[in-house]
Amino acid sequence: MTRRVMVGIFDDEKDLLQVTRAVRSRGLRILDVYAPYAVHGLDQAMGLPPSRLPWVCFALGLTGAALKVWFEYWTTAVDWPVNVGGKPWDSLPAFIPITFEVMVLFAGLSTVFAFFLVSRLYPGRKAVIANKGTTNDRFALVIEEADAAFDPPQVQRLLESFGATEVYERAEEEAA
Amino acid sequence: MAETGIARQPLIQGGKTLAQVTLDVLKPMERRPGLLWWVAFLASLSLLGLGAVTIAYQVTTGIGTWGLNNTVGWAFDITNFVFWIGIGHAGTLISAILFLFRQRWRTSVNRSAEAMTLFAVMCAGIFPVIHMGRPWMGYWVFPYPNDRGPLWMNFRSPLAWDAFAISTYFIISATFWYIGLIPDLATIRDRSAPGLRRTVFSVLSLGWDGSYRTWQRYETVYTLLAGLATPLVVSVHTIVSWDFATSVIPGWHATIFPPYFVAGAIFSGMAMVLTLMIIARKAMNLEQYITLRHVDVMCKLILLTSGIVALAYGTEFFTAQYSANPYEQFVFLNRAMGPMAWSYWIMVSCNVLTPQFLWFKRIRTSLPAVFVITIFINIGMWFERFVIIVTSLHRDYLPSSWSSYSPTPIEIATLIGSFGLFFTLFLLFCRILPVIAIAEVKGVLQHGHTAPGAHAHHEEGRRP
Repeated sequence: MTRRVMVGIFDDEKDLLQVTRAVRSRGLRILDVYAPYAVHGLDQAMGLPPSRLPWVCFALGLTGAALKVWFEYWTTAVDWPVNVGGKPWDSLPAFIPITFEVMVLFAGLSTVFAFFLVSRLYPGRKAVIANKGTTNDRFALVIEEADAAFDPPQVQRLLESFGATEVYERAEEEAA
Repeated sequence: MAETGIARQPLIQGGKTLAQVTLDVLKPMERRPGLLWWVAFLASLSLLGLGAVTIAYQVTTGIGTWGLNNTVGWAFDITNFVFWIGIGHAGTLISAILFLFRQRWRTSVNRSAEAMTLFAVMCAGIFPVIHMGRPWMGYWVFPYPNDRGPLWMNFRSPLAWDAFAISTYFIISATFWYIGLIPDLATIRDRSAPGLRRTVFSVLSLGWDGSYRTWQRYETVYTLLAGLATPLVVSVHTIVSWDFATSVIPGWHATIFPPYFVAGAIFSGMAMVLTLMIIARKAMNLEQYITLRHVDVMCKLILLTSGIVALAYGTEFFTAQYSANPYEQFVFLNRAMGPMAWSYWIMVSCNVLTPQFLWFKRIRTSLPAVFVITIFINIGMWFERFVIIVTSLHRDYLPSSWSSYSPTPIEIATLIGSFGLFFTLFLLFCRILPVIAIAEVKGVLQHGHTAPGAHAHHEEGRRP
């Protein structure tokens, strides 16, 4: 399924922030904004909810730590207990350092993999470039032409009034 | 320049535009390497080759090729290990801890400092592995189902903690570094003509397109990784210090070791970052990105950590004399006045006295002076580890077993070889990847150029 979108190209982050707020306040649907760097405050301007990735980090970190404590206990006290200097079988305090390292490893790697998964980043993915300059010095605002009420010339004038250097329409495959 | 001036200066000088930043950072890697690079690279590669040959020799012959004896069982290799791990810590400090503290000047140096971390951890990793004597059984330090029982490893041992700490540190640092690289890899991809280079960077950049929905998650992931790397880096050198502190050797068995080691690590790492940066900014024409302000701030961090290290030296000495333990008292008097006192005084003069010059602004803003001071600190911090390890061991409880230690040429060549590995990797990095985090620098480009809040107004139709 294809849909029509309108793309506005901007040169300056201040213009981009203002136009994003203005477009959203008019009830137009912003599909995405493409930027060469993480523009501070753009998430509020776009009205994006905060990412839920911290929960992945927390849950998997906890899982990693729990599994590691269990594994250290099982190997040291259950599977083949070896008496090392008469120390207790279940030497919980001595298990903490490795538990901590494994927690960090689980939390860090799982957060990164979850990020790749939800953002659909993988080797061999073809970048959907809104404009060639968005990885260098341009910002692109992509608005969906959602319904019949969408008035392209009017939106174009709006974008240009905020300093858009270029405005064009195009058809785009809708992401599944 | 007024005293208040330096903090108000823009982070990046020269009023750069976004496109200029891309161009400036990528210029050195898009042109052919100059004569200087080739000379440096071939020299490093030769040292690496020397190291490889000596490692092959000592692995096939045995560690009897070292100067160790029954009394001094740890010396040169463990000194090198702790030295290199410490060097790595400044990279994580800059990339993670300063990120959490919102120190925006870090953007110019974090990429190369993180690269330095990775390479330093690789160098560090060599030494415990060859120290095993039978490095082909190195995987025994990890628990895996084996046909010896399975006989699991001893999780109570600090050496086992060490293996986990160093491996986790390397994996998380590499991940952090790669995540930071993705947007820049996409920038290179979009600049390259179709061909091999573009294909490689397309694969590496994972199809990054600058979507802000992705940027938002990226920022979240970056913060989370910084939050994880911060306690991690503290844990790594803490665990390294426990290799010593959990033993009963006078001079090692001290509760002050974890903070003392962590501060020392950051101290030595900052010195190494500065040594490299002062050369790189000149060689790669990045003077407007890595400015005197960056040098100034890092010098102040060196001064701070030097103070902590000096306090640790003093506390350690005082505690030993106050302990009423004759062995503990003897070890410290022996360090300062015994046959190895020269190494103790090299340590004190390089780590405590030399950095005091950095109190003067004239010296902090003079690159040659800072460069010389950082070299002294690198030497001093190597000797700190040598002093801790060797002087604590060489005169132990029984005077009949007292001995001395001096390294063999094989050990010295291995240390030189590790420097060869470090510089070879660093020079390759300077050639094939952007040494400055382009996307991050673009984010701070306005910093110091516009008054805060100037663009906060909600005016519409600013331009006719």
